[in-house]
Amino acid sequence: MTATEEVENTRTQGATTLARASTVRGGAFGRTLVRHAVYALVAIVVLIVLTSALAGTGNTFLNYQLAMVCAYLCATAGLTFLTGINGQLSLGHGALMATGAYGAALTIRALADRGIEAVWAVFVALLVGVLAALVVGAVIGAAAARLRGPYLAGVTTVIAIVVPAITTTFDGIFKGDQGLSFVTPSPGAVPALLSNEEWQAYLGIGCAVLVMFLLANLISSRFGRQFRAVANDEVAAKLSGINIARTQVLAFVVSAGCAGLGGALMAAITQQAAPGAYSLTLSLYLLMAIVIGGLGSLAGAVWGALLLVALPDLSTRITDSLELSPDLAQKLDGNLALAIFGLFLIIVMIVAPGGIQGLVRRLSGRLSARRRSAGS
Amino acid sequence: MSAILEINGVTAGYGAAPVLQDVSISVPTGTICAVLGANGAGKTTLLRTLSGLLKPTAGQVVFDGQDLREVKVEHLIRLGLAHVPEGRGVVTELTVDENLRLGGLWRKDRADARRALDEVYQLFEPLQRRRSSAGHQLSGGERQMLALGRALVARPKVLLLDEPSLGLAPRVTAQIMALLRQLRDDTGLTVLLVEQNVRSALSVADEGVVMSLGRVVVSTSAEQLRGDDELRHAYLGF
Repeated sequence: MTATEEVENTRTQGATTLARASTVRGGAFGRTLVRHAVYALVAIVVLIVLTSALAGTGNTFLNYQLAMVCAYLCATAGLTFLTGINGQLSLGHGALMATGAYGAALTIRALADRGIEAVWAVFVALLVGVLAALVVGAVIGAAAARLRGPYLAGVTTVIAIVVPAITTTFDGIFKGDQGLSFVTPSPGAVPALLSNEEWQAYLGIGCAVLVMFLLANLISSRFGRQFRAVANDEVAAKLSGINIARTQVLAFVVSAGCAGLGGALMAAITQQAAPGAYSLTLSLYLLMAIVIGGLGSLAGAVWGALLLVALPDLSTRITDSLELSPDLAQKLDGNLALAIFGLFLIIVMIVAPGGIQGLVRRLSGRLSARRRSAGS
Repeated sequence: MSAILEINGVTAGYGAAPVLQDVSISVPTGTICAVLGANGAGKTTLLRTLSGLLKPTAGQVVFDGQDLREVKVEHLIRLGLAHVPEGRGVVTELTVDENLRLGGLWRKDRADARRALDEVYQLFEPLQRRRSSAGHQLSGGERQMLALGRALVARPKVLLLDEPSLGLAPRVTAQIMALLRQLRDDTGLTVLLVEQNVRSALSVADEGVVMSLGRVVVSTSAEQLRGDDELRHAYLGF
């Protein structure tokens, strides 16, 4: 073989490899879709087993907590998408949860007034909650697309304060500080087989897995690249033909929809929607949770949601275990959780800047490296 | 030969003092036009004005028969005008592959976008090897290749290049210049090349424009610029 032939030959081989690579790449998203679907199925099975196991303990509060984790997960996953992936800071996601919660609450009450208390009413309520949050999200998103950094933080903080205030201002519809209470319809035909808490947990699992599945696919799709590019380098994104403002509004709308679903779920689980539950503190909690969990990955949102339920529970246990005067106990009850959260945030940022998920990834990387070196 | 890019009397700047004053340049189709000048001559501002990142206060830019004042920045790439900004313009958090695909994201013809991607990988061997590395893990030369590659995935008619030699080894610069020449010869690509590195820019350019303090002082063929010692001494400092 002459030298030229050899070069020619290598080039053809190179071309074939390239061609093969491109066909594989064409199916890459399909494979990711299948992988995510498998994850979702596994998650559903595991969580269903967990729910019945928790029901078996006789402590119904555990399933209520599981349902709350799922509700929070919808919101933290949405916020992770917005802040971690698209780079827009929101201090107002509590307000978007409130929008979803009130949307759902008003729907369930309206349907109940007409004598409709079937299970499907819950799904309609969740849908209305999501739609309401989508609309509010689009409005905030349109404003947010013009703002950056601290200005965006400022505007979203205002939203977090204004939305709960609206509920007290228009107390004819929203019933002021008392909030709206209602009975969430449940499949009561077989109450012996399915407790109310189990039903709530299943509802939560369904919604949370759906949100995670949709977001995971969105992030790994070609639109996902667009969201990440905008977060990272606006000029490069713009020059690559991406409409920055539209991408940012879209991210806000998607994120708001997730938060709305989380809020609607929370209303359905707690059977009420009251402004106290959706204060500015909740918005701060959500943001802290995703930072501690690990910004930029949906797994971080899972850690965040777990913390949002576990840490307040822990602080209640602490105050209960200490023999405190009733006055001090009451003061601590609401605030200790926030203090613990803050402390946790500081520690995590120092020890593991990548959040819990970053730490997990680092440890698992080190473990597999050790296993590899032990094997060789 | 018709000009694909016409800059007519453009004045632009930041705030009160204009950086560009009454700049007119005509870039013929299928040529490499080098815009040369010292720091602060307005070269980068010129490119930013061309790609709409900066709005001119006077004058107009006509690309392929269309007045660019009416075109949004993100639509330029659809028309066939690609800008590789100074400092590489790579999305550092995305991988090489994701960066390149970003360049073809807007294209309707998915099959051809994939073909363009493969061509870029063939053009830049190092990118092929590092396709799943993140942008911030690349060397300066690789970043420049990536930024160029992303622009080429869009199959542009005109490429605006801002100081591709900045911070690169002479050998890498030479490779990039040779590549530009190859693209011009093979695909008829038009390049507007902004450079401080006069020698390497003139080695591939057909036309040369010298800017000084925001004005065009010389506009002639690259060959003449290469030969005219007096001109080189006066404006280019060697």
